[in-house]
Amino acid sequence: MALSRLSSRSNGLLRSAAAAVLLRRTISTDTSPMTIDISLPFTAHLVEPPSRAVETSPKELLSFYRDMVVMRRMEIAADSLYKAKLIRGFCHLYDGQEAVAIGMEAAITKQDAIITSYRDHCTFLGRGGSLVEAFSELMGRKAGCSNGKGGSMHFYKKDAGFYGGHGIVGAQIPLGCGLAFAQKYSKDEAVTFTLYGDGAANQGQLFEALNIAALWDLPAILVCENNHYGMGTAEWRAAKSPAYFKRGDYVPGLKVDGMDVLAVKQACKFAKEHALKNGPIVLEMDTYRYHGHSMSDPGSTYRTRDEISGVRQERDPIERVRKLIVSHDFATEKELKDIEKEVRKEVDAAIAEAKESPVPDQSELFTNIYVKGLGTESFGADRKELRASLP
Amino acid sequence: MWGILRRSIVDGGFSATSLRRVRSALVSSRSYAAAAKEMSVRDALNSALDEEMSADPKVFIMGEEVGQYQGAYKITKGLLEKYGPERVCDTPITEAGFAGIGVGAAYYGLKPVVEFMTFNFSMQAIDHIINSAAKSNYMSAGQIAVPIVFRGPNGAAAGVGAQHSQCYAAWYASCPGLKVLSPYSSEDARGLLKAAIRDPDPVVFLENELLYGESFPVSEEALDSSFCLPIGKAKIEREGKDVTITAFSKMVGLALKAAEMLSKEGINAEVINLRSIRPLDRATVNASVRKTNRLVTVEEGFPQHGVGAEICTSVVEESFGYLDAPIERISGADVPMPYAANLERMAVPQAEDIVRAAKRACFRSK
Repeated sequence: MALSRLSSRSNGLLRSAAAAVLLRRTISTDTSPMTIDISLPFTAHLVEPPSRAVETSPKELLSFYRDMVVMRRMEIAADSLYKAKLIRGFCHLYDGQEAVAIGMEAAITKQDAIITSYRDHCTFLGRGGSLVEAFSELMGRKAGCSNGKGGSMHFYKKDAGFYGGHGIVGAQIPLGCGLAFAQKYSKDEAVTFTLYGDGAANQGQLFEALNIAALWDLPAILVCENNHYGMGTAEWRAAKSPAYFKRGDYVPGLKVDGMDVLAVKQACKFAKEHALKNGPIVLEMDTYRYHGHSMSDPGSTYRTRDEISGVRQERDPIERVRKLIVSHDFATEKELKDIEKEVRKEVDAAIAEAKESPVPDQSELFTNIYVKGLGTESFGADRKELRASLP
Repeated sequence: MWGILRRSIVDGGFSATSLRRVRSALVSSRSYAAAAKEMSVRDALNSALDEEMSADPKVFIMGEEVGQYQGAYKITKGLLEKYGPERVCDTPITEAGFAGIGVGAAYYGLKPVVEFMTFNFSMQAIDHIINSAAKSNYMSAGQIAVPIVFRGPNGAAAGVGAQHSQCYAAWYASCPGLKVLSPYSSEDARGLLKAAIRDPDPVVFLENELLYGESFPVSEEALDSSFCLPIGKAKIEREGKDVTITAFSKMVGLALKAAEMLSKEGINAEVINLRSIRPLDRATVNASVRKTNRLVTVEEGFPQHGVGAEICTSVVEESFGYLDAPIERISGADVPMPYAANLERMAVPQAEDIVRAAKRACFRSK
């Protein structure tokens, strides 16, 4: 586990005594900086890795905990909603990978851009999206972040620098390099994180885009969320070289323990500084998804149940932060359990509210096809029955 | 004035600056006002790009050989020198990569003009054109607009064979979320390209290599930097009353030639230059057919599921009662483009084909 340079036993006892005297509100607002050494070192390619000593604070750790619990709860709830047939089509869940979304947010601002694949629910939440918008979108309701017209794979929040939500494996990589191009063109001093999986890591367009990004010094950070399976195909069956952080060849790379939120934060902070000065860099997040590829995939035909439960026991990102918080006495087990209960209620309330949201008006079939419709006609299945003039 | 013209011709065509000098020279010599200005399609496109880049700093160009080489077909000549490498970007030969980068830049709010050396190569990037560009505004309920233009030569050139000769109008025009334009004349080229660059939606702009060198008269209005043509409106190039002929791009010239030949035989054809394949100006076509009662559609591309098929269906749906004859369809042959000159000639519409079809529609044989 992580070592702390700060607390000694006696200090810890004092703090919990103080907390017991006051009405247990003090801990979550403590922003005093502290440093924690991450347990696993970074592995670097063509670059000096950042230090293992990560700056954080009790408040930040508690926010990590809470935010990851929200994400975990949302995905588990989505599983139930899907089985209840309230969510249709594809539903790709992110539980297990929360540390990547949360650690990244801690290192960047909303001026930086994020673009990802279809496994986007938690990334959306990390960018400031709400539970109600997420659940509504999943259930195809008006209150959804895409008004119900996108679905699970097409969440967006442009005002917070989140550019989706993409269904075609690998397409988001050139798109993300394009966002970085535009940031450089506009002199915005910001970077783009473009996330993709170990499956997408073999796509030709990745190498095309990375080549251009390197030639033109674009502030693009390619983040491979390596959960070791591209749908049902294990990485060793898909990639001749599964060292994804090295696949950029002439582009520097870093391999990161993606289940350690502090390691993710450090790596993303490092990558942002690097990209602004030196152009693209590849981050490989060693992570894991508990669910199958999607709700149509049990996830157990190509993995053993032992493997899945093994990761849950040894590497779960929420568990790690819980242990860290408790060992430093930033909160008690009970307080953390209370947070979980609170989050559960929050998620349930959001689902209830989302269920109340109506389906989109029928007229929405014909909206947003164009920004400027020019009065063109569009047609329903029987154009003599249904046609519309696009504004 | 003639000195300026001669110098410009030596330079290899009218550049934007030489054109301005010609204009001012002509304006100052109003007594010679009878002579109409001529402009090649190449210069029309170049001047449109120049003016739009000058007017809006968000507009930039990206593609193979667009910068230092001055453009594979010289359409972007002089632009690198004028605007610099940040705005005129030479790319590697990686269509999927640079088209995706262009779309991403458009997501952020820039206005990219992505050149495909020919639209045959756009197939390598077609996922980005359709799935990343065309559908994003809809999937995001209006959050992600994509103000991008994909432009380049489309259709057959001369002797370039099967892989370099396909027309993509029908494929792209079938996709909701895209706008598809195809100019014929220099005025079309200027007005439609400027409209495309200003348009907030993704536009596929289908030029024609064989038209680049052709010159057309251009009005004063068309030379103005604010000139723009409406998207979605066809132009009646030649009014007539006996039969309607629709065409776009190079085929408009062929249709006009066919109309000349038909007029010698007493058939007065109305030629419609579609200009816009999506949105298709069904209203203009239908109004014309209601007047003439006969229709011949002309296109260079493959016949099955082509532009002519859509126009035919539109007329059958909207104006069936007005038809006095079955609709005729002239298109490229239903074969991959052959190389041998005699076979190539058979694979592409000729004026005689249009004349024959028009006569059939008029129930005249021979």
